[in-house]
Amino acid sequence: MMPITPQTSPNGMMPVIPQTSPIGRAPVKRIWALVRKEAYQMVRDPSSIAIGVVLPVLLILLFGYGLSLDVWHVPVAIVLEDPSPDTRELAARFQLSPYFDVQLLPAMPLARELMLARKVDAIVRIRPDFARHLSHGDAEVQLLIHGTDANHARIVQSYVQGAVGQWAAQRAAEGHEVATGPVSLRERLWFNETYESRYFLVPGLIVLIMTLIGAFLTAMVMAREWERGTLEALFVTPVRVDEILLGKTIPYFAMGMVGLVLCVLASKFLFHVPLRGSVWVLAGVSALYLLVALGIGLLISAALKSQFVASQVTLLVTFMPAFMLSGFLFDLRSMPAPVRLITYVLPARYYVALLQTVFLAGDLWSVVLPNAAVLAGMAAVLLLLTRGVTRKKLA
Amino acid sequence: MFDAFLRILALTLKELLAVLKEPRSRNSLLIPPMLQCLIFGYAATYDLNDVPYAVLDHDRSAASHDLLAHLDGSGVFRRIANLNRAADIKTAIDERRALLIIQIDQDFERRLLSGLPVAVQMIADGRNSNTAGTAMGYVGAIVEAFNADWRAVHAQASPPIRVAVRAWYNPNLETRWNMIPGLIGTLTMMQTLLLAAMSVAREREQGTFDQLLVTPFRPVEIMAGKALPAMLIGMVQATTILLVAQLWFHIPFAGSFVTLYAGLSVFLLAAVGIGLLVSSVAATMQQAMLFSFVLVMPFTLLAGLTTPISSIPRALQYFTLVNPLRYAIDITQRVYLEGAGLSRLLPDLWPLAVLAAVSLAAAAWMFRHRLT
Repeated sequence: MMPITPQTSPNGMMPVIPQTSPIGRAPVKRIWALVRKEAYQMVRDPSSIAIGVVLPVLLILLFGYGLSLDVWHVPVAIVLEDPSPDTRELAARFQLSPYFDVQLLPAMPLARELMLARKVDAIVRIRPDFARHLSHGDAEVQLLIHGTDANHARIVQSYVQGAVGQWAAQRAAEGHEVATGPVSLRERLWFNETYESRYFLVPGLIVLIMTLIGAFLTAMVMAREWERGTLEALFVTPVRVDEILLGKTIPYFAMGMVGLVLCVLASKFLFHVPLRGSVWVLAGVSALYLLVALGIGLLISAALKSQFVASQVTLLVTFMPAFMLSGFLFDLRSMPAPVRLITYVLPARYYVALLQTVFLAGDLWSVVLPNAAVLAGMAAVLLLLTRGVTRKKLA
Repeated sequence: MFDAFLRILALTLKELLAVLKEPRSRNSLLIPPMLQCLIFGYAATYDLNDVPYAVLDHDRSAASHDLLAHLDGSGVFRRIANLNRAADIKTAIDERRALLIIQIDQDFERRLLSGLPVAVQMIADGRNSNTAGTAMGYVGAIVEAFNADWRAVHAQASPPIRVAVRAWYNPNLETRWNMIPGLIGTLTMMQTLLLAAMSVAREREQGTFDQLLVTPFRPVEIMAGKALPAMLIGMVQATTILLVAQLWFHIPFAGSFVTLYAGLSVFLLAAVGIGLLVSSVAATMQQAMLFSFVLVMPFTLLAGLTTPISSIPRALQYFTLVNPLRYAIDITQRVYLEGAGLSRLLPDLWPLAVLAAVSLAAAAWMFRHRLT
């Protein structure tokens, strides 16, 4: 330890009073005091408890149930212009499928009306000469899709093709001459055999929620102290900048981890997302990410010193980027190079890769280690930057 | 009447000045929507244009090369490795180097030539099952093209049934065409709602709200003076994004701008109303921000932009009925792609009008009955 001589703080602004109590213990005591002060403040203003505990539960429930890319009960109009046994059987395929809600119509104009009003998402049209063409082996089913939601439309398209294909296969099995192929595909989806979109959406949601609560918990705290002038009051105490920052980080970190545990419990027991990796890896990488998120909030708050601007900036740099640019929904590889470069700066990208892997694939160290290392680096840089920005100096 | 108008105007000007005079807050209102629209416009797409895949070709025949050439020539699939052993499949997928593995059996060509059906195995990384599903769909289409070529060359019968697909309004089913119009409402709502929510909370925290209450302003006028500037800023933001969509991304615009702006004004009124309601409930700026965030997030995610509303469970679908963004996205997409007129947009417009009326009335009531 250092000898007891009058020291100056790093920027040389004010002399620091020499410690008289045992030196090693004093910072701990001071930090502890700050943590307690912050904790009292949290308890007295229920809004930050709401962010840390209620919000994650609310969000995971809302989105865990609400967000889904699985398509069921697509409203479809089937226009039977050629009612024959064959075509009725084809229509029955659609009617029996859980993927479609079928309306059988005799003619196109009515179907067109329904589609214009978006009462149906697609029209399956079986033309008058279908049976005749079928016997010649060149029949055609016409599919008109409402293309406004392109991704949905593509899923509907594949369902319809699947239903028609199954019907053809069944006819083949019954001895009708049907040529399939020659090459067919046997598909297997690793880690998610049944195509549950929830399996990747729920881990992605945890990323969104941790980003939010982490950054929002701390985004306002430093700015609030600046605005209220209470930071100046802290300056005249022996507390050092590091200690102020630690005092701010520790209580919010604890609260964020509570939120995380609640989210993981919900994803496991409510949404039945398999957790194939170990809980410890999950907890470790999440702690790292929470530090990064808290660091972002602290940095914004310390640098901007205004609650209003800090809130706007936090909103811009956390929520939407974590939603759009993290690989949570949209494939990163398909983005143009400049946009992809931006994603490398975003911590959410690494956490999404980590969570999707730890949840669905297991502890694959080749994925876990590099991504965790990046997060650790980011956390260190952010906390150092915050320390650099927060000077014991009047603005 | 004229006095009231003047007072509202004065308050609007003061409010605009308060937001715009500070360069930081001025910049935070105009530059981000533009940047976000540019970046998210490129990012928010389910279409794939780069799918890394690896091949385990046990056959190594002319036919298997031909099939793989179809994949490589698509411009979407990028072959990263030719694997030699089945054990390599696991590492290629685990390390995320390949999204797909194509496995071709030894007797591929022999069976093809003798007219027997052949299966090609495809393994996909399901950590994002939507991306994987889309990629597999692409492979399916390419294999169909290969089949058609093969049948043409080898004079085999074509399958008896085809599905002829035509998509209305978006013939190539490009996600960008529905995402970017949807961004107009999404990006605008976030900041407008927050702006309205913070405006009163800030006055309250700084103690100037009480001063405002002792002026001749009636509560309704204060409300109008707070709502108008937020709406104006929202309109400017929406226009900025619209310009990016038109001039940069060239999204085809089938409808009329008058309809679009009519729809957007009702939407912004509803968003501002909800913001003011939040503001009237919140005691501090932190609370205002928190409350608006608790609203903005579900509004954004459950609006039908990224995941369809029809996939939401029934009970939660009722919640989306009070989500102004849901209607705004529908309006912008339909005006953009379908060229819908006001009469066809009525099912979206009247709920927005009701939302605006209810939230503004509730906010006005709260302002009058709460003085803390």
